[in-house]
Amino acid sequence: MKIQQVGKLFPILVAVVIGTTFYVWNPIPALTNANDLPEIVSYNFHIRPILSDRCFKCHGPDAKQRKANLRLDTPDGAYAALRDNPKVHVIVPGKAEQSEMFLRISTTDTAIVMPPTSSNLKLTSFEIDLIQKWIKQGAVYQPHWAFIPPKDYAVPVTGKNWAENEIDHFIYVKLEEKKLKPNDEADKERLLKRVHLDITGIPPTIAEQDAFLQDDSPNAYEKVVDALLANPHYGEKMAIHWLDVARYADSHGYQDDGLRTMWPWRDWVIHAFNKNYPYDKFVMWQLAGDLMPDPTKEMLLATGFNRNHKITQEGGVIDEEYRIEYVTDRTNTFGKSFLALTFECAKCHDHKYDPISQKEYFSTFAFFNQVAEKGYQGDIFSGTAADPPRLKISSDDVEKLLTFINKKDSTDVNVMVMRDSSRLRPTYILARGAYDAPAERVDFNLPSAILAFDTTVFSKNRFGLAQWVVNKKNPLTARVFVNRMWQEFFGRGLVKTSGDFGMQGELPSHPELLEWLALDFMNNGWNIKRLVKQLVMSSTYRQSSEVSKKKLSIDPENIYLSRAPRVRLSAELTRDQVLASSGLLVKEIGGPSVKPYQPKGIWEASTSGRGLLSRYIQDHGDKLYRRGMYTFIKRTVPPPSLLMFDGSSRDQCEVKRLRTNTPLQALVMMNDPMVVEASRVLAERLMNENSSAEEKIAKAFRLILCRKAQTKELGILTDYFEKESKFLSTNISSAEKLIATGEYLHETVEDKISLAALIEVVITIYNMEETIAKT
Amino acid sequence: MKNEFLEHRLNINRRHFLGKLGLGIGSVALGSLLAPNLFSGSPDESEIVYGIPHFAPKARRIIYLFQNGAPSQLESFDYKPMLNTMAGQDLPESIRMGQRLTGMTSNQEKFPLIGSYFKFNQHGKNGAWVSELFPHMANIVDELCIVKSMHTEAINHDPALTFMQTGAQQGNRPSMGAWMSYGLGSENKNLPAFCVLLSRGKGNGQGVYSKLWTNGFLDSIHQGVQFSSSEEPVLYLNNPEGIDMDARRRMLDQLSQLNSMAHEEFGDPEIQAKIQQYEMAYRMQSSVPELTDLAKEPDHIIKMYGPECLVPGTYAANCLLARKLSESGVRFVQLYHQGWDQHGNMVGEMPLQAKDVDRASAALILDLKQRGLLDETLVIWGGEFGRTNYCQGKLTKDNYGRDHHPRAYTILMAGGGIKPGTVYGETDAFGYNIVKDPVHVNDFHATVLHLMGLNHEKLNFKHLGRRYRLTDVAGKVVSGILA
Repeated sequence: MKIQQVGKLFPILVAVVIGTTFYVWNPIPALTNANDLPEIVSYNFHIRPILSDRCFKCHGPDAKQRKANLRLDTPDGAYAALRDNPKVHVIVPGKAEQSEMFLRISTTDTAIVMPPTSSNLKLTSFEIDLIQKWIKQGAVYQPHWAFIPPKDYAVPVTGKNWAENEIDHFIYVKLEEKKLKPNDEADKERLLKRVHLDITGIPPTIAEQDAFLQDDSPNAYEKVVDALLANPHYGEKMAIHWLDVARYADSHGYQDDGLRTMWPWRDWVIHAFNKNYPYDKFVMWQLAGDLMPDPTKEMLLATGFNRNHKITQEGGVIDEEYRIEYVTDRTNTFGKSFLALTFECAKCHDHKYDPISQKEYFSTFAFFNQVAEKGYQGDIFSGTAADPPRLKISSDDVEKLLTFINKKDSTDVNVMVMRDSSRLRPTYILARGAYDAPAERVDFNLPSAILAFDTTVFSKNRFGLAQWVVNKKNPLTARVFVNRMWQEFFGRGLVKTSGDFGMQGELPSHPELLEWLALDFMNNGWNIKRLVKQLVMSSTYRQSSEVSKKKLSIDPENIYLSRAPRVRLSAELTRDQVLASSGLLVKEIGGPSVKPYQPKGIWEASTSGRGLLSRYIQDHGDKLYRRGMYTFIKRTVPPPSLLMFDGSSRDQCEVKRLRTNTPLQALVMMNDPMVVEASRVLAERLMNENSSAEEKIAKAFRLILCRKAQTKELGILTDYFEKESKFLSTNISSAEKLIATGEYLHETVEDKISLAALIEVVITIYNMEETIAKT
Repeated sequence: MKNEFLEHRLNINRRHFLGKLGLGIGSVALGSLLAPNLFSGSPDESEIVYGIPHFAPKARRIIYLFQNGAPSQLESFDYKPMLNTMAGQDLPESIRMGQRLTGMTSNQEKFPLIGSYFKFNQHGKNGAWVSELFPHMANIVDELCIVKSMHTEAINHDPALTFMQTGAQQGNRPSMGAWMSYGLGSENKNLPAFCVLLSRGKGNGQGVYSKLWTNGFLDSIHQGVQFSSSEEPVLYLNNPEGIDMDARRRMLDQLSQLNSMAHEEFGDPEIQAKIQQYEMAYRMQSSVPELTDLAKEPDHIIKMYGPECLVPGTYAANCLLARKLSESGVRFVQLYHQGWDQHGNMVGEMPLQAKDVDRASAALILDLKQRGLLDETLVIWGGEFGRTNYCQGKLTKDNYGRDHHPRAYTILMAGGGIKPGTVYGETDAFGYNIVKDPVHVNDFHATVLHLMGLNHEKLNFKHLGRRYRLTDVAGKVVSGILA
């Protein structure tokens, strides 16, 4: 062991020598003692994460990669005799020192140590001790938690005085374990802002703030929640995440990146959330609306989900190569969005960690391989905004059937949808995943480790696949969705890796709560609004986001939720926040995407010069002030501020956004014409109100931060206003330039100096950290 | 206060911390403990060293002059006189060996061979052949390593470009520059580690896509930041009309007071990080315009790069700007120059494209050299694949075109750690297949990382269950081109 530890320090020593100008903090030695080991070592929670990460690549599910015919992912494999020495067994339950596996991981002999040094992988002494204890305790295997149906856990009885609903009891148990106490409820103003941003994405107006502050009834908060859930902007807010999942965009992607018209599908998503379609129906229609009995146009439209992938218009591509690429995208998106599994890993070989064989991959692929489509429909000039199969939507349809589509002009709009060919297209395993290397033919099937695809229960087509997904025995569907909803409201999933519930994913922080929520969700009709209400009504959600030093040191990542998370708003909501608080926001729902202000020349610098989207032709009027989710996404050149604020480029299915904090974001908030114009418009309005400078500033503050300014804050801003007024009175040209910002109609303001100073104050308020944070 | 703040953050998601502070190499001391997953299989975080190479680097910075659209190797650096003597004859099947064709030539009945209509001459101490279209590059051929044996898997622009830049044909993987930023950080606390410059030539063009400079699954701090020598050198850099830098300073002073109050109330270290990001934004606002103002360069420099370098958005301007950014410590400067897709009109377009880039590319290398920077700066020049030795479309006395050819193409490398004055790899007399020392895209990436002091198998990032590398699951360092 000692030799190994020296070995571990070696890279650091080398690094220090190389980087002589840098100092390195004391490396924390990997000290552990037996007392730190859990009393009972669990396979699922302690051992499998280690084995999966360090061993399964060569001793796991992938038969082709398996070394020495030895596998550690199943008890049969682990308890077996060695191939070359039948007297010796890989693991002897109860006897670590007789287990070859333990001897090999604990040896100091680098020639035989496992994992081999060439793999660049190693085990820490703590991990080795854990494995030793696990073997001593009988080396008991458990099925992977996510692949067995959720268990019906009783709601714990602790936390009675604090808990608002079941969620809180589960949370409280863990808090007690960690010796943490929940925060008090957030103050009313901040709670109101939080719940508004989470449910509709639009901050509360001053009237809404006043109404809530004045409402002392015990259900004041619940009334707000109910009203927000009934607000049509709820559907928009919920759709934003789903558009990432569905990789929705307004262009085809790839080379020339021409226009596409999938926005009616996006309008449907908003509609479906607003109508509170149960999740099983929401999924069924998107996966197989076209195969439902007597499908309606709405059902057909919903299947656009599977046509949102990129489509090439590059001349000279090989048709089949790209057709296979589209089917691959659908298959991978299916795995990630509904099952939180990394299906893509099984395209070229058996999955190295999860029980998805290459054969199962292509058996799943077969369902999506039946679409009557081409890989290459035409180039940027001969191609279309909606390649077949497609659904034509006329004004008549919109008037009578699809009333939720915001189509204003009389021309028909075409949307790509799913339709299978009349003849079955045979599906083959593609060797190494290559489109031109078909091998064994496969039939429709789905990974049996999740749920057997029993053809007496499920149809042998995409409809059957959809049935399989929403079948209550499917162990993943409900868990995956409630986890992602948790992630959207709490900033982090109960399973942090919301896109990977497999062996390499993280374990749930609150396994019982996740199980309970998943079952409760299914047992209550997959009711999404009910789930959202559960989340936001909980005491857990309603806590303040203050963080003491103690909490920061015990739980820096806030895994145990002894406080509300404090997170920056998404790219879209950042824009909405600025537009709404300034009064500029045009609250129209749906319709073709819009092109607001964007720095000049971005599309032009990147384009091939071909097609409608080679130049960015900015919109005017109302279209400048639509919600962020309606900003046109050209895949090869997404809106720069979207990317800077960690938005998705919609290249592929994404289920989780990063949340970074960079200087470029500061530049956007200070200099984006959208922010400056909003500041100008708001300042103009305030200037024309009959109030003092201080009152104007206080009002701007309330509109933007959704709370009253503290005396000190107001003092800083008022001083700033006065200083800037003085300064500008000798720099009138600066004032004049500033107040000229933006296309929005100018109100006449007499006092230009004060107006300019007030604009500066408002810009400052927009740049406060709290403005674009959920606090 | 400061230490307390840092201590807290040490416990927090360490990777994010760095992203949030946008730390450069000056702050690497912190970084040393802050990035998990950098070294594979080191669950013990005491091993994790961020921003410090795995071994002594040969190069500290990279300038990648990407020639977007795939310049023909046969009209530039891979001289094949036999194609001239066999002009018009069909490509023998024994040479083609089932190589797939793009949809643009798959319907052609014949594949008539065609040699360069432009003359080649030998240059430099090693007598390397260079086409007459590249006289300036020919003059500095002793500085170059000409790699004639690059090959790729993709046959169309989008996947091939994406492969060259991100190591994968499909998908949103981090690009080379993002990996460098992640692995090594920035040398300049006022500038991003990874900058991108775009220009367009006069030839048939193919677009570029922001996924080429994406951070992929890495933090967005590693995203390539577009620069230009225009009035707004970085997006959103300029203050609004009517607000000058003094006014901006006054605003930031108020803002930091307000944000500090929020920090006192909430104790969230994120707020502190935010304050620092605003300060860095301000420093960028102060330093970048000066840096990107090329007019202040002395006359002899302007002469080297050519008068076009004073026109914002040209390749020459971008080369000069690249030198300035690199000189200021930007880890990875990525240029893209469009217009190299000569399916037809080779005779008309190739000289224009070459003229756009020849002088400035050579000037950049010489300029770095005269500043003593070439030793530590790796310069790469090349496209995403090669072009066919047979004519696409009608072969006439005056003109011809060439289709995409993934099996062999030429790139140039110079500077930091590269053996100068060398020709590496060889294609057959048809210029079709590689006969010596093939270099796969993965090998190229492994070599570039190696030059920067990074082991391509160890620089990885765990995302959705697997450890991703720039070289995916392959790649060998090409030792034959190392100095």
